[in-house]
Amino acid sequence: MTKPLISPGNSKLGALAFIAAVIAVAAAGFAFTAGWLSPNRLTAGKLVAALAPPGGPALGHRRNHAKGICFIGTFDSNGDGTELSRSQVFTRGQYPALGRFNLGTADPNAPDSTVRIRGMGLQIATPDGEEWRTAMIDAPVFPVSTPEEFYRLLEALRSKDPDAVKDFAAKQPEFAVFGKWASSAPWTASYAEERFNSLDAFTFVNGSGIEHAVRWSLLPQAKVTPITDSDLTKLGPDYLEQEIAERVGKAPQRWTMVLTVASPGDQTSDPSKAWPADRRTVTVGTLVVERIEAERDGPCRDINFDPTVLPNGIQVSDDPFPAARSAAYAKSYDLRTAEVRDYPYHMKTATGAKP
Amino acid sequence: MNATSERFTPLQRLLHWVMAICILSMLFIGVGFASTITPKYLPLVAAHKTLGIAILVLALIRLGVRVRYGAPRLPVNLPTPMKLAAQLSHYALYALMIGMPLLGWGMLSAAGYPVVLYWNIRLPQILPLNAALHTVLWNAHFYLAFAFYALILMHIAAALFHGLILWDGVFGSMAPAPSRVKVVAAE
Repeated sequence: MTKPLISPGNSKLGALAFIAAVIAVAAAGFAFTAGWLSPNRLTAGKLVAALAPPGGPALGHRRNHAKGICFIGTFDSNGDGTELSRSQVFTRGQYPALGRFNLGTADPNAPDSTVRIRGMGLQIATPDGEEWRTAMIDAPVFPVSTPEEFYRLLEALRSKDPDAVKDFAAKQPEFAVFGKWASSAPWTASYAEERFNSLDAFTFVNGSGIEHAVRWSLLPQAKVTPITDSDLTKLGPDYLEQEIAERVGKAPQRWTMVLTVASPGDQTSDPSKAWPADRRTVTVGTLVVERIEAERDGPCRDINFDPTVLPNGIQVSDDPFPAARSAAYAKSYDLRTAEVRDYPYHMKTATGAKP
Repeated sequence: MNATSERFTPLQRLLHWVMAICILSMLFIGVGFASTITPKYLPLVAAHKTLGIAILVLALIRLGVRVRYGAPRLPVNLPTPMKLAAQLSHYALYALMIGMPLLGWGMLSAAGYPVVLYWNIRLPQILPLNAALHTVLWNAHFYLAFAFYALILMHIAAALFHGLILWDGVFGSMAPAPSRVKVVAAE
C-alpha cells in the first residue's frame, strides 16, 4: 500500500533534477550570504583596501595608524568608576597596561608633521582574566557619522578629482567640525602632551545592572607646549618616537582617565557630534606609561586594539562604529600577520632611499 | 535482498539532526559576518564562536556514540567506489566537525584575542600569541570552511540519491522517522 516518494513511473531524471535543484539552491543561498552576489555590499576588505596609499599598502603593517611605538605601563584605578561599571578594571587597584602610540596614516614612513591625527591603542588586563582594549585619537570628534560615510570619505581622499574632498565636505556638514579642529588646533611635539578620546559611546553597566552611555578620554598630565607643524618638521621625521622614548626613559608619563556620562536623551550613535560641555565627568584613574619599546618585535605589534574587546561591565552602544572597526581591524590584522616576512618593509625602503 | 533495514540508534539520529542544524547555521553565519561591517557583525561573531564550541562538544559525544554503537552496514550491492566515497566522506565530516572549532579557537588564541562566547562565557587561550601560527590556522579555518560546505552538499546529494533513486534504505537509516521508501525498496 505504501508508495515511494517518487513513483517508479516517474523518470529517474526527475529525481536527479530535484537533487540538482536542492544543491543549486543551497549553493546559491551560501553565495548570497557570503556577499558574492552583492558587489556593492561594504565589507571589511573594501574598507581596508580603501585605506591603502596609491602605491599599495605597507606590507606587514597595520593598514591604518601604521606608524607607531609600543609602551608598557600600569592603569592605577581609583575605584570611582565602580559607580558606572561592574568591571574589575574600575575597582581600586593597579592593573597591567600595554599600548601603542601611533599616527593616523597608512604609511609607516610618514614624517610626523604630515599626519594630523595621533592615536593611542591601549589594553588593560585584570586578574579576573578580562581585558579592555581601546583605540583612541586626539581629535575631539570623528570626521563622519557612519562607517558608510567614512568609506565615502576615503574614496574622496583617493579620488583624482581635486574637488572630491571639498564636494564630500559640502554634503556632510558634520565634517566641518572635524575640519576646523584639523586646520586650527595647535600641534604638540610629544605623545605625552596629547589628549586621547574614545569618541565612540559605549554602554557601561554597573553592579546593579544600571546602564549609562559613556565616552572616555585620557588627559595628559604633562605640560602642553603648543608648536606649529613647520617647527615640528624641523625636529625631524621621527621626532615623536625619539622624544617619547627619551621622556619615558627619564620618568614615567601619566594620563588621567575621565569618563563622560551622557544625559538622558543625548544621542549615542554619532561620534562626529560631541556631547554638550556640561555633561557629568568621573575621574576613574591614571594611566602610567613606564617603558617604551620599538614596535619591531615589541609587545604591541601583534595585538589588535579592537575596540570591541571589552570586559563584562562595558558593552557596545547603538554607535555603529565599534562593530565596523572590529571587522576592519580584524581584516587588517589577518592581512598583516600573513605578511610577517615583509614586516620591516619600511626598513628596506628607507635603506633604498638613503644615499 | 539488496537493501539495509538497519537504522542508526535514536541517539545517533538525534545528534545527527541537531548537529546538521548547528553546522549549517554555523557556515552561513561564518560567511555572513565575514561580509559585513554593520552592527550585526558582533552578535554574528559571538554566535559563531558559541555554536563552534557547541559543535565541538556534540561532535566528541557523537564520535564516542559512533564508536560504541557503530553504523548500519551499507547495502551489499553498493558499488565499491560508492562505498569508499561514503566511508571517506564520513571520516572527513568527523575530522571537520572536530577540527574546525579547534582551528577557530586556536586561531583566536594565537592572535591574542580573548575567547568570549555568548552569555559572557570566557574560554582559556589554547595557544600562545604567534602571528605566523595565526596565519596558518586562519588559512586552514577559512579554506576548510568552503571544503566543509562542499562536502555537506555532496552528503545531501548522496543521501537524496539513496532516498529517491536507489531506495536502498540508506536514507531511512538516518531519517528522523522510518521512511516509506525503505519499505518499498525492501520488498
